[in-house]
Amino acid sequence: MLVNQFLFLGAALFAIGVYGVLARRNAVAVLMSIEIILNSVNINFLAFNAMHNQGNASHADGAVFALFVITVAAAEVGVGLALVLMLYRTRKSIDVDKIDALKG
Amino acid sequence: MHAATTTAPILAATPEYLPQNIAFGILAAVMIYAALRVVTTKNVVHAALWLVLVLAGVAGNFILLGNEFLAVTQVLVYIGAIVVLLLFGVMLTRAPIGADADLDNDQRGVAVAVAAPLLALMGYVLWDSFREQRLTEKGDLVVQSTQQVSDSIFGTFLIPFEAASILLLAALIGAIVLARRD
Repeated sequence: MLVNQFLFLGAALFAIGVYGVLARRNAVAVLMSIEIILNSVNINFLAFNAMHNQGNASHADGAVFALFVITVAAAEVGVGLALVLMLYRTRKSIDVDKIDALKG
Repeated sequence: MHAATTTAPILAATPEYLPQNIAFGILAAVMIYAALRVVTTKNVVHAALWLVLVLAGVAGNFILLGNEFLAVTQVLVYIGAIVVLLLFGVMLTRAPIGADADLDNDQRGVAVAVAAPLLALMGYVLWDSFREQRLTEKGDLVVQSTQQVSDSIFGTFLIPFEAASILLLAALIGAIVLARRD
């Protein structure tokens, strides 16, 4: 297996996630796109981990980093959804285009 | 350390990794199609269900890369918890369950104009750096044992691990404080 096949998959998922973050209007859909981005990064971490090991499995650094990314993603979704709920309660809408209170 | 068990090669008989490559091709095609559906479908609930497919594909890739512990963690944390949380978010914000034409804003052209050059640039740079380099130039792809991952977490990465625990606690308290009705 080539290194690049995993890296290309990660790059494609990352680009799709970026498209989703920019083009989506619903805040929950934006959070889903962010999850795709974080997962594409995890694929890269594990591909580089396997490449770094070169057949003797002596390093687990990439796997630990991916684990930390999963942890932070879980925290991010929890707080993010709480914020979205607050937003819905005060504004009756979760359209991220309408939340422009700093615009004056 | 059980060196004999941790370095057991995956399918040592196939040096070219043909079955793995076929599995990777199927997984990659399914994942990219599902990811495209997540960002283009008109229905938020369908988007969450397509997201499950993407996350399961990522878990499959973790298996292909020889890391069973992360694959199981991926299924437990992402598919088991985060997708359910997202579905709760959809439910509690009373988003329309059916098709919703307003799910996208009018920046689709800009979004494509950002994402496509980004993909082209990353693809060029990756190809330029790694070309046809194999994942393992010498030896076979090996299974990363859970023992090694845990040795690494509780050894080298002990302080970041404790920081992650604090982060999770802070996120838990923060989410409760934010979402609670006073």
